[in-house]
Amino acid sequence: MSETKPGWKEILIAGVPFKSSLEYKTGDWRVFKPVIDDNKCIKCLLCNIYCPDMSIKVRWDETGNKALGVYVNYEYCKGCGICADICPVKAITMVKEER
Amino acid sequence: MAKGKLLGVADQEELLLNGDEAVAWAVYHVEPDVVAAYPITPQTIIVERFSEFVADGLVRTEFVSVESEHSALSACVGAAAAGGRAFTATAANGLQLMNEILYITSSLRLPIVMAIANRAVSGPINIHCDHTDTMNVRDAGWIMLFCEDAQEVYDTVIQAFKIAENPKVLLPVMVCFDGFLISHTAQRVKVFKDPNVVREKFLGGPRKPVKIKLMGQEVELSLNPKNPIPVTFGPLDLYDYYFEHKRQQSEAMQNAYEVIREVHDEYAKLSGRSYGNGLIVPYRLEDAEIVVVVMGSAAGTMRYVIDGLREEGVKIGLLRIKSFRPFPYKEIAEVLKNAKVIGVFDRAQDQGMMGGPLFLEIRAALYDLENRPTVVNYVFGLGGRDAPPELFRRAFDELVGIAKGTVKPFIRKYIGVRE
Repeated sequence: MSETKPGWKEILIAGVPFKSSLEYKTGDWRVFKPVIDDNKCIKCLLCNIYCPDMSIKVRWDETGNKALGVYVNYEYCKGCGICADICPVKAITMVKEER
Repeated sequence: MAKGKLLGVADQEELLLNGDEAVAWAVYHVEPDVVAAYPITPQTIIVERFSEFVADGLVRTEFVSVESEHSALSACVGAAAAGGRAFTATAANGLQLMNEILYITSSLRLPIVMAIANRAVSGPINIHCDHTDTMNVRDAGWIMLFCEDAQEVYDTVIQAFKIAENPKVLLPVMVCFDGFLISHTAQRVKVFKDPNVVREKFLGGPRKPVKIKLMGQEVELSLNPKNPIPVTFGPLDLYDYYFEHKRQQSEAMQNAYEVIREVHDEYAKLSGRSYGNGLIVPYRLEDAEIVVVVMGSAAGTMRYVIDGLREEGVKIGLLRIKSFRPFPYKEIAEVLKNAKVIGVFDRAQDQGMMGGPLFLEIRAALYDLENRPTVVNYVFGLGGRDAPPELFRRAFDELVGIAKGTVKPFIRKYIGVRE
């Protein structure tokens, strides 16, 4: 909240957002962050499918057909924990954020 | 339409219409893109008559029958957000059911027009006139215009679209008139012969949403799928922006004073009819020491009583408030600055308040005057209780007594109620 935000004369009326949703970094909402254990991961990609914020990304091989693993985009991950809950091999743990 | 007809007062014809039908004719002449409504007495005739215009093919309006007032206004919100011109109508409990969407409409800056046939709010159940329904939503961010008769209703509904859609305003407008007293009382009403005088000449064709700059591109402030960048209406708006958006709404309401006057003046040239300055309607105020203030149809009865008192040499006048939101406090203070005694007549509940809503605001508007007049409140006509000339005559005589010093001033009285 330390950044300077525009005043009422500058922003659009009607509460219409004036920038792309990509610019709304929701990662700072997070209390717990998902941490992926690559050794346990079976690359089923359920976490990628279930993530409501498209924040679980897949690492593909050069052919683009085979998943090598998954990683988290912490800029947008809100820490909801759905990925950890859905993981069939408990490869994702929710760790308290330290700020 | 012949080009020569565009200058001066447009051709009109006189019809026998009640207040509701006058609204229907105005909406027919405006031809909105969408009308969504749910029937409630005493507003029902508006959409009844308008649905006939739709069925007869006189308008191309999409008429949506909905299952509640909440849905009626919600459908209009969707239509207006998509860039359309939308209209609905309701009264009393229907208006209360809309309450949530009233705030959403004004905050999304959607220029919807809604006709209200003022009716008492249940309970006990009552279908007749008082202003409690609209007073209950007076802080919802809507412009609120109160009419005195069916002719003014026709004229004001047409003006309301132009006021609402002005880029400096972009706020919804309620056009309020007394249930049954106006809504169901037939009167001679002049309407334009050619609907295009309203649609094309006055309103300039279909609604044109304002253009905005979004991420470096010019787009329409609407959910138009042809926008190069999509626009989102109604997302979450928390402590970091909500206040700024409310501040913008306040500014739009401030701009509305000027726009209401401009639109009123422009319409007056087109129709040959005017109502004060569009905000307030003074009557015999020039030298008035005693002034009565009211909204709605009671003004006609009051003028009749005032004329009688004037013949007896009493310096009395009337101020009718047409625009309740925005409240024209500056204009009111200006025309009332020389008055000694002012009686404000509220046709609305005053429970737990110092007086009726109109009284509170009139009194506040006069607070900064050098010579503050005595301001007293009368609550009258609740639930359609008859308000005949004798009732007002007795109250006006009392105001004369206060001016002479023979009657002790008071805060508030109830007139026409059995003790």
